Amino acid sequence: MSFLSFFGKYLPERVVSNAELASRIGCEPGWIQEVSGISERRWATPEQTVADLAVAAGEDCLRNAGIPASSLAMVFVASGTAGRRFPGPAAEVAERLGAAGKPALDFPMASAGSLFALALAAKLAANGPILVIGAEKMSSIVDKEPMERETAILFGDGAGAVLVTSAPGQLQVVDSALYSDGSFRDDLTLDAAGKFRMNGRSVIMQASRKIPRAISELLERNGSAAGEVAAFLMHQANQNLINKVASTLAVPSEKFFSNIARYGNTSSASMLIAAAEWSAAAAAAPCAGNILVFAAFGAGFHWGALLARAV
Amino acid sequence: MTDHDRILKIIQQAAKKPVQPAGAESLFDSGILDSFALPDMVSALEQEFAISVPDSDLTPRKFESIDRIAAYIESRR
Repeated sequence: MSFLSFFGKYLPERVVSNAELASRIGCEPGWIQEVSGISERRWATPEQTVADLAVAAGEDCLRNAGIPASSLAMVFVASGTAGRRFPGPAAEVAERLGAAGKPALDFPMASAGSLFALALAAKLAANGPILVIGAEKMSSIVDKEPMERETAILFGDGAGAVLVTSAPGQLQVVDSALYSDGSFRDDLTLDAAGKFRMNGRSVIMQASRKIPRAISELLERNGSAAGEVAAFLMHQANQNLINKVASTLAVPSEKFFSNIARYGNTSSASMLIAAAEWSAAAAAAPCAGNILVFAAFGAGFHWGALLARAV
Repeated sequence: MTDHDRILKIIQQAAKKPVQPAGAESLFDSGILDSFALPDMVSALEQEFAISVPDSDLTPRKFESIDRIAAYIESRR
């Protein structure tokens, strides 16, 4: 039995407004809001690395948990925007947190990485607490000249973290369902030269179908229905996609926690940032037995959902 | 009602407008449908024509125009 016990997050200080982006890409600020639901996003400084963001979120999580990094059994770091092909940021993050010598695994997966890391951590937490971090510096992709209009509007930087334990905590992990299909591998890519490509229509078509299906299958095999879920903590890709998934599941979109207006799409960091903010807001009134669903979809394609129950 | 008419009716429902695209006209480039209307349109096509569209066929190109949709539906019968 595994639990999601404590959460943490880090968002860079710099706020990039739609007005600032609009002047660079030549559009109306209102258009960005309309097509994405995003009002502003955070960008890291040029000097900040993915590891810097991950360490800050990890420290926040460990502070909330009140445990030293030395007590961790493992550290997982999900990121699609790490600065080097190898080594990935996990070993550096573990060392800087104070967990040098503990196994540190990278999940170089955009958007769905933290979900996959979380689901794997839940299977391994019997061996000791696992710190799972999603950290992304998406500005390293979009903050270029010329800036590409369709992608520049979407992305932001940040990091989220969760401590997965075998000792009882805030949420008990009930089950998870993960999927991968390389058929669409060319529809969302960041190549070795740093060139980002996205077939937005394909991504939306596939995500709109695969996310609700994964959630429905997971709920059904655990004897639950979408209407019984207290909150959905989904990858914050686009507010219109979140609304679409809610509509397909026939639940009010208000049940989907959303902070995309403030942070944009932070890829693999977004689900855990959302969870950290949901946890901080829900802490005042925890409802034992409430069902929570985590869900994500990303390049690969990789997608899935995780079912948890409030303790 | 012809297949063309049935497809057009579904496109109009997905677009929420009484649009009249030509057979080969791109539904996306013309702004008739946005990406988020596509899944609804495909679901409606599955129901109307009693076909199943596998994920592997769920590509924008196959559903880009009335002519392409008609050809795809024919291939699934």
